[in-house]
Amino acid sequence: MLIRFRLNGETREIDVAPMRRLLDVLRLDLRLTGTKEGCGEGECGSCTVLLDGDAVNACMVVIGQCDGREITSVEGLGSEKHLAPIQRAFVTDGGAQCGICTPGVLVAAESLLRRNAAPSDEQIREALAGNLCRCTGYERIVESVRVAAVERATLARSKTSNGSPASQRGTKSGAPQ
Amino acid sequence: MTAPNEKEPKSAGVVGKSISRSDGVAKVLGTARYVDDLPALPGEIHGATVRSPVPRGRIRSVRFDPSFDWSDVIVVQASDVPVNVVALIADDQPVLAAKQVNHAYEPIVLLACADRRKLTLAKLAVHLDIEPLVPVLDVATALEGSNVVWTAPAGFGEPNTNVVKRYVLTKGEVDVDAELARCAHVLSGAYSTHHQEQLYIEPQGVLSWWDDDGVHLVGSMQCPFYVHKALVKAFALEPHQVDVAQAVTGGGFGGKEEYPSILAIHAALLSRKSGRPVRMIYDRTEDIEATTKRHPCLCEITTGCDADGTLRVLKMRVVMDAGAYVTLTPVVLSRGLLHAAGTYRWPNVFMEAIAVATNTPPNGAFRGFGAPQTIWAIERHMDALAAYLGTDPMVLKRKNVLVEGDTTATGQLLRTSVSSLECLDKGSSASRYVERRAEIEKENRRRAQRGERKRLGIGASIFMHGAGFTGSGERVLQGKAAVDLLPGGRLRIRTASTDIGQGTETVFRQIASDACGVAVEDIDFAVPSTKVVPNSGPTVASRTVMVVGSVVEACAREIGDRVKTEQVEQGGTFAEAADRLLVKEGSVTALHQYEPPPFVHWDDEAYKGDAYPCFAWMCDVAEVEVDLDTFETDVKKLYLIGDVGKAIHPTMCKGQLEGGSLQAMGWALFEEVVWKDGLIQNPRMTNYIIPTALDAPVFDTTLVECPFPYGPGGGAKGIGELPMDGGAPAIAAAVEHATGIAVHHLPLTPERLFEASLGRLSPTSTFHPAA
Repeated sequence: MLIRFRLNGETREIDVAPMRRLLDVLRLDLRLTGTKEGCGEGECGSCTVLLDGDAVNACMVVIGQCDGREITSVEGLGSEKHLAPIQRAFVTDGGAQCGICTPGVLVAAESLLRRNAAPSDEQIREALAGNLCRCTGYERIVESVRVAAVERATLARSKTSNGSPASQRGTKSGAPQ
Repeated sequence: MTAPNEKEPKSAGVVGKSISRSDGVAKVLGTARYVDDLPALPGEIHGATVRSPVPRGRIRSVRFDPSFDWSDVIVVQASDVPVNVVALIADDQPVLAAKQVNHAYEPIVLLACADRRKLTLAKLAVHLDIEPLVPVLDVATALEGSNVVWTAPAGFGEPNTNVVKRYVLTKGEVDVDAELARCAHVLSGAYSTHHQEQLYIEPQGVLSWWDDDGVHLVGSMQCPFYVHKALVKAFALEPHQVDVAQAVTGGGFGGKEEYPSILAIHAALLSRKSGRPVRMIYDRTEDIEATTKRHPCLCEITTGCDADGTLRVLKMRVVMDAGAYVTLTPVVLSRGLLHAAGTYRWPNVFMEAIAVATNTPPNGAFRGFGAPQTIWAIERHMDALAAYLGTDPMVLKRKNVLVEGDTTATGQLLRTSVSSLECLDKGSSASRYVERRAEIEKENRRRAQRGERKRLGIGASIFMHGAGFTGSGERVLQGKAAVDLLPGGRLRIRTASTDIGQGTETVFRQIASDACGVAVEDIDFAVPSTKVVPNSGPTVASRTVMVVGSVVEACAREIGDRVKTEQVEQGGTFAEAADRLLVKEGSVTALHQYEPPPFVHWDDEAYKGDAYPCFAWMCDVAEVEVDLDTFETDVKKLYLIGDVGKAIHPTMCKGQLEGGSLQAMGWALFEEVVWKDGLIQNPRMTNYIIPTALDAPVFDTTLVECPFPYGPGGGAKGIGELPMDGGAPAIAAAVEHATGIAVHHLPLTPERLFEASLGRLSPTSTFHPAA
């Protein structure tokens, strides 16, 4: 079945069985392995992607459901030269340890920050309750999301005043400082 | 931006700074390649395992359904294994069961096929005919010994019993019973703990292939040289024919210490027989069912003290369930025993520790490695003693806590870096323990009057964890690391210490940077591959930073000194001097071996001496709210005061303390492996519950720095396991404060708390081996 969707801003058209899991199509067919499989039953959240802006578990979504829709995976958040604020914060503030839950957590957090620019700690925890992390104890994850929210607000402000956030972005890379 | 272009190497000074983790960018971009993310090799096929459905039985036959098309399915059985042994300590575990199965989920047949769906069907087409034998499923039956289910390998365990290992530890008076009789107060109690699944979020997985050089293996693992040793043994190969490399690893917690050896041999067997690369990735259920877990443990304690609460005598028996094979049980039991006396001063000690075999899946390494089990017992016992004496637990603990100059139960003189009292006092002040206790009691009275059904509570634990291998372990192991000088004045660290999320590669760069003056971004970290790195020993036992980190520091210092000497003699920048040195010498490498501090002496026979070079100390204070109708416990806040010696990377240190404490909270409140007839009833994330972001408390974390003079970076100690040890007793103490229910058996699930509230789970009711 021919399925057409937008993935990380690009239009994709693939011919696959409609009942295949979105997770497998991303990982096996499109070789986007940033989206991880931790349980295969919608519990761990490692495979979280955005479907029309909403966080979903890609192991619980079949590709047939994605026709005509917009998907964002971790690969769509930023690039090595331009990490998204949420990505940068997880590198600098301890949100990522082993990293296997990180892509799913980042996507879920991004979804939260798009809806709520200044979430409370409780709202952050609520938004990430579907993403299991076994390393951090979540404290550094909550802190990283908090830092990212501030960073996003700063960027938004500079965007309004300068017209472009590019100069701001270039000042702080993800490389060791 | 890099040091080599400057006249002098950039004075790094990065130890103590929370720099960005060096593997962070790849992890947030999703480009870090875990084993399941590696591109398929040409001709690669998938492997699967057929396992025993019964806990014990004789294999009569294995039948392959003749109506199934087996033409493109590779089949491996025990007869295909050159040496059917998983090399570890006792070598009692087969790679594949041949004639008998000794635990449920024991592997019997391996299958491989290019088509994943067909592979699933092939598993169903294998029919196992197993004659069931009566299993032993609990330690009491195992210890009683009428059904012996374990065959002791030569020179191992106690013949014709299920006893895998036994230790006795004594101190002071020979006749502790007589000494107990002289004490003003004597109190006994029994305290038990249950299985725990590591539940790293990335399941176990490996990829294996063969070529003219031998076997290659890439996988999710903590200890490449363990896997190397196991492959050498099982295939009767020369060491140079085995190449093992770590892929980016999504958590381990001990679960990827020894288990990956089995999976590696399985994949290598299928690959050898098929002549194709084979990848095996467990799904979550297989991972929970088949892999190792934390050893269940029962501790029986009798203590004697003076009228004023000064501790006099500790008499203790520790019994652990090894599961069906030895794995690392003797070492787990040893560490458990060495932490069983807690952080307290005991003039007289008699302790016995026993591990027995049962027909349950083998238990193995898990963060804390026996210590969380025994510290649960001693901390709960101290709380019970405080209640018996009518004093506050923190007062009793403070009175008896070990300080510098004291000796531990093994007779180890605590010379340096002893911060138990400091941690305890900082725990009290950070949490306002005394004031909060009074406030909470007042608030609970108010709630009771109003008919409200939730109660608050506060409780604490004080504990320690020995860093590095137990006793003479480090001396025997001779862990090595190397640092190479690269063109342009860069460095490369080569070590078998893996980064499994805890931050090894970042922290080692920091240590090396400060030791030689080269900036962290100019230091590479070689992928831990047995062909490339020296054997630093396993990534376990809170030894990575303290032990291997100190070797890395020595290597980096040597390289830095050699380049600077060249610079002084011939001038130029650091980079220029480095390049000249490389031209002159061809290669410039420093290889060092760990040398324990000279004062460390351990007597394996007498089981006395310096059990560890040093201890890390910690105090937890938990505030909880318990619902008296549902018996749900909500941990509102956890104060963590941990002595890390020197925080190389403060954010990562906090991450370790908080992550470990949440794992301890999960063990205390939610996590329970439910067994029925030797089978696991909840092998899924849906019903084996670990804490979410909403369950997690708010952490208030304080790093104490009481340097260990022999630690790297100015005195770092090992802290990876430490936080796992004290979370459960602190939470249980808080629950007791909230409800009056003194729970001595984990976990504190609502059902069990309810039972306990009815008096059905009396502290000493479950198990009395001595009786």
